[in-house]
Amino acid sequence: MKNRLKVLRAERDWTQAHLAAELQVSRQTVNAIEKGKFDPSLPLAFKAARLFNLTIEDIFEGGNQ
Amino acid sequence: MNEQTPISNDWAQNQHQNTRHLAYWTLGWLVTTAAAAFGPRKIWDFATVPTMLAVAVNLGVGFGMIVAIRRHLRGLDELHRKIFLDAAALSMGVGLVVGLAYELFEDIKLISYQPEISHIVMLMSVTFMVGMISGHRKYQ
Repeated sequence: MKNRLKVLRAERDWTQAHLAAELQVSRQTVNAIEKGKFDPSLPLAFKAARLFNLTIEDIFEGGNQ
Repeated sequence: MNEQTPISNDWAQNQHQNTRHLAYWTLGWLVTTAAAAFGPRKIWDFATVPTMLAVAVNLGVGFGMIVAIRRHLRGLDELHRKIFLDAAALSMGVGLVVGLAYELFEDIKLISYQPEISHIVMLMSVTFMVGMISGHRKYQ
Protein backbone atom coordinates (compact mmCIF):
# COMPACT_ATOMS: atom_id res chain seq x y z
CA MET A 1 0.00 0.00 0.00
CA LYS A 2 1.42 3.40 -1.00
CA ASN A 3 1.57 6.08 1.63
CA ARG A 4 2.91 9.56 2.37
CA LEU A 5 4.53 8.77 5.71
CA LYS A 6 8.06 9.47 4.49
CA VAL A 7 7.05 12.85 3.04
CA LEU A 8 5.10 13.84 6.15
CA ARG A 9 7.98 12.78 8.34
CA ALA A 10 10.48 14.73 6.23
CA GLU A 11 8.27 17.84 6.36
CA ARG A 12 8.59 17.75 10.16
CA ASP A 13 12.27 16.83 10.04
CA TRP A 14 11.61 13.70 12.06
CA THR A 15 13.79 10.64 11.97
CA GLN A 16 12.30 7.18 11.57
CA ALA A 17 13.26 6.50 15.17
CA HIS A 18 11.33 9.57 16.32
CA LEU A 19 8.22 8.60 14.36
CA ALA A 20 8.55 5.03 15.63
CA ALA A 21 8.64 6.26 19.24
CA GLU A 22 5.60 8.49 18.62
CA LEU A 23 3.66 5.56 17.16
CA GLN A 24 5.05 3.13 19.75
CA VAL A 25 6.43 0.74 17.17
CA SER A 26 9.95 -0.20 16.15
CA ARG A 27 12.01 1.76 13.62
CA GLN A 28 11.98 -1.34 11.38
CA THR A 29 8.17 -1.19 11.33
CA VAL A 30 8.17 2.47 10.26
CA ASN A 31 10.72 1.66 7.57
CA ALA A 32 8.68 -1.31 6.29
CA ILE A 33 5.49 0.79 6.16
CA GLU A 34 7.23 3.67 4.38
CA LYS A 35 8.60 1.27 1.77
CA GLY A 36 5.16 -0.28 1.30
CA LYS A 37 6.38 -3.69 2.43
CA PHE A 38 4.03 -3.88 5.39
CA ASP A 39 0.47 -2.60 5.68
CA PRO A 40 -0.33 -1.19 9.11
CA SER A 41 -3.39 -2.24 11.07
CA LEU A 42 -6.36 0.12 11.28
CA PRO A 43 -5.50 1.22 14.87
CA LEU A 44 -1.93 2.07 13.81
CA ALA A 45 -3.17 3.92 10.72
CA PHE A 46 -5.54 5.94 12.96
CA LYS A 47 -2.67 6.68 15.34
CA ALA A 48 -0.56 7.98 12.44
CA ALA A 49 -3.48 10.05 11.15
CA ARG A 50 -4.01 11.61 14.59
CA LEU A 51 -0.30 12.32 14.93
CA PHE A 52 -0.19 14.23 11.64
CA ASN A 53 -3.67 15.78 12.09
CA LEU A 54 -4.81 14.22 8.84
CA THR A 55 -7.29 11.57 7.78
CA ILE A 56 -6.19 8.02 7.00
CA GLU A 57 -6.98 8.63 3.33
CA ASP A 58 -4.62 11.62 3.34
CA ILE A 59 -1.76 9.35 4.36
CA PHE A 60 -2.56 5.93 2.93
CA GLU A 61 -3.57 5.22 -0.61
CA GLY A 62 -5.74 2.15 -1.03
CA GLY A 63 -4.82 0.42 -4.25
CA ASN A 64 -6.33 -2.48 -6.16
CA GLN A 65 -3.71 -4.98 -5.02
CA MET B 1 9.68 22.62 10.39
CA ASN B 2 8.71 21.10 13.71
CA GLU B 3 11.24 20.54 16.42
CA GLN B 4 11.89 17.05 17.62
CA THR B 5 10.38 16.81 21.03
CA PRO B 6 11.61 14.33 23.58
CA ILE B 7 9.02 11.60 23.83
CA SER B 8 8.35 8.81 26.22
CA ASN B 9 10.00 5.57 25.24
CA ASP B 10 8.09 3.38 27.68
CA TRP B 11 7.04 1.04 24.91
CA ALA B 12 10.64 0.19 23.95
CA GLN B 13 11.64 -0.17 27.60
CA ASN B 14 8.70 -2.53 28.23
CA GLN B 15 9.70 -4.57 25.21
CA HIS B 16 13.29 -4.88 26.45
CA GLN B 17 12.01 -5.86 29.89
CA ASN B 18 9.68 -8.50 28.40
CA THR B 19 12.55 -9.90 26.33
CA ARG B 20 14.80 -10.01 29.41
CA HIS B 21 12.09 -11.77 31.45
CA LEU B 22 11.58 -14.29 28.66
CA ALA B 23 15.34 -15.00 28.60
CA TYR B 24 15.35 -15.56 32.39
CA TRP B 25 12.34 -17.89 32.26
CA THR B 26 13.80 -19.83 29.32
CA LEU B 27 17.12 -20.21 31.12
CA GLY B 28 15.27 -21.31 34.27
CA TRP B 29 13.28 -23.84 32.29
CA LEU B 30 16.45 -25.26 30.70
CA VAL B 31 18.15 -25.57 34.10
CA THR B 32 15.13 -27.24 35.74
CA THR B 33 14.76 -29.57 32.73
CA ALA B 34 18.40 -30.59 33.10
CA ALA B 35 17.86 -31.09 36.86
CA ALA B 36 14.79 -33.28 36.25
CA ALA B 37 16.59 -35.27 33.55
CA PHE B 38 19.99 -35.80 35.14
CA GLY B 39 19.33 -35.32 38.86
CA PRO B 40 17.69 -38.74 39.44
CA ARG B 41 20.57 -40.57 37.73
CA LYS B 42 23.55 -38.54 38.83
CA ILE B 43 22.64 -36.84 42.13
CA TRP B 44 19.87 -38.49 44.18
CA ASP B 45 19.82 -42.03 42.79
CA PHE B 46 16.18 -42.08 41.65
CA ALA B 47 14.78 -41.19 45.09
CA THR B 48 11.06 -40.51 44.52
CA VAL B 49 10.54 -37.31 46.50
CA PRO B 50 13.36 -35.22 44.95
CA THR B 51 12.46 -36.58 41.51
CA MET B 52 8.81 -35.54 41.92
CA LEU B 53 9.93 -32.17 43.25
CA ALA B 54 12.27 -31.66 40.30
CA VAL B 55 9.51 -32.53 37.83
CA ALA B 56 7.00 -30.25 39.61
CA VAL B 57 9.47 -27.35 39.60
CA ASN B 58 10.24 -28.01 35.94
CA LEU B 59 6.54 -27.94 35.03
CA GLY B 60 5.96 -24.79 37.12
CA VAL B 61 8.86 -22.95 35.51
CA GLY B 62 7.71 -24.24 32.10
CA PHE B 63 4.28 -22.68 32.60
CA GLY B 64 6.00 -19.48 33.75
CA MET B 65 7.94 -19.50 30.50
CA ILE B 66 4.71 -19.89 28.52
CA VAL B 67 3.25 -16.83 30.30
CA ALA B 68 6.48 -14.92 29.58
CA ILE B 69 6.25 -15.87 25.88
CA ARG B 70 2.65 -14.64 25.77
CA ARG B 71 3.61 -11.37 27.47
CA HIS B 72 6.55 -10.95 25.11
CA LEU B 73 4.32 -11.58 22.09
CA ARG B 74 1.69 -9.10 23.28
CA GLY B 75 4.37 -6.47 23.87
CA LEU B 76 5.72 -6.69 20.33
CA ASP B 77 4.61 -4.21 17.69
CA GLU B 78 2.43 -5.54 14.91
CA LEU B 79 5.22 -6.19 12.40
CA HIS B 80 7.34 -8.11 14.88
CA ARG B 81 4.29 -10.03 16.10
CA LYS B 82 3.59 -11.02 12.50
CA ILE B 83 7.21 -12.15 11.98
CA PHE B 84 7.09 -14.12 15.25
CA LEU B 85 3.75 -15.78 14.47
CA ASP B 86 4.77 -16.62 10.88
CA ALA B 87 7.94 -18.27 12.21
CA ALA B 88 5.97 -20.11 14.92
CA ALA B 89 3.44 -21.36 12.33
CA LEU B 90 6.24 -22.58 10.08
CA SER B 91 7.95 -24.28 13.01
CA MET B 92 4.75 -25.95 14.17
CA GLY B 93 3.89 -27.14 10.65
CA VAL B 94 7.35 -28.57 10.03
CA GLY B 95 7.35 -30.16 13.49
CA LEU B 96 3.98 -31.80 12.90
CA VAL B 97 4.62 -33.06 9.37
CA VAL B 98 8.22 -34.18 9.87
CA GLY B 99 7.52 -35.45 13.39
CA LEU B 100 4.75 -37.77 12.24
CA ALA B 101 6.79 -38.94 9.24
CA TYR B 102 9.79 -39.53 11.53
CA GLU B 103 7.68 -41.63 13.88
CA LEU B 104 6.35 -43.54 10.87
CA PHE B 105 9.87 -44.28 9.64
CA GLU B 106 10.43 -46.55 12.62
CA ASP B 107 7.05 -48.30 12.20
CA ILE B 108 7.75 -49.09 8.55
CA LYS B 109 11.37 -50.08 9.27
CA LEU B 110 13.02 -47.25 7.37
CA ILE B 111 15.10 -46.49 10.44
CA SER B 112 16.36 -48.98 12.98
CA TYR B 113 16.45 -46.74 16.05
CA GLN B 114 13.75 -45.28 18.31
CA PRO B 115 12.76 -41.74 17.18
CA GLU B 116 13.69 -39.15 19.81
CA ILE B 117 11.41 -36.21 20.53
CA SER B 118 14.53 -34.09 21.12
CA HIS B 119 15.33 -34.38 17.39
CA ILE B 120 11.95 -32.86 16.56
CA VAL B 121 12.45 -30.10 19.15
CA MET B 122 15.83 -29.27 17.59
CA LEU B 123 14.31 -29.26 14.10
CA MET B 124 11.49 -26.97 15.29
CA SER B 125 13.99 -24.64 16.96
CA VAL B 126 16.10 -24.38 13.81
CA THR B 127 12.97 -23.87 11.68
CA PHE B 128 11.77 -21.13 14.03
CA MET B 129 15.12 -19.35 13.83
CA VAL B 130 15.16 -19.62 10.02
CA GLY B 131 11.61 -18.22 9.96
CA MET B 132 12.57 -15.30 12.22
CA ILE B 133 15.67 -14.45 10.18
CA SER B 134 13.85 -14.65 6.83
CA GLY B 135 10.97 -12.59 8.27
CA HIS B 136 13.33 -9.85 9.43
CA ARG B 137 15.13 -9.86 6.08
CA LYS B 138 11.83 -9.65 4.21
CA TYR B 139 10.78 -6.47 6.03
CA GLN B 140 14.18 -4.75 6.15
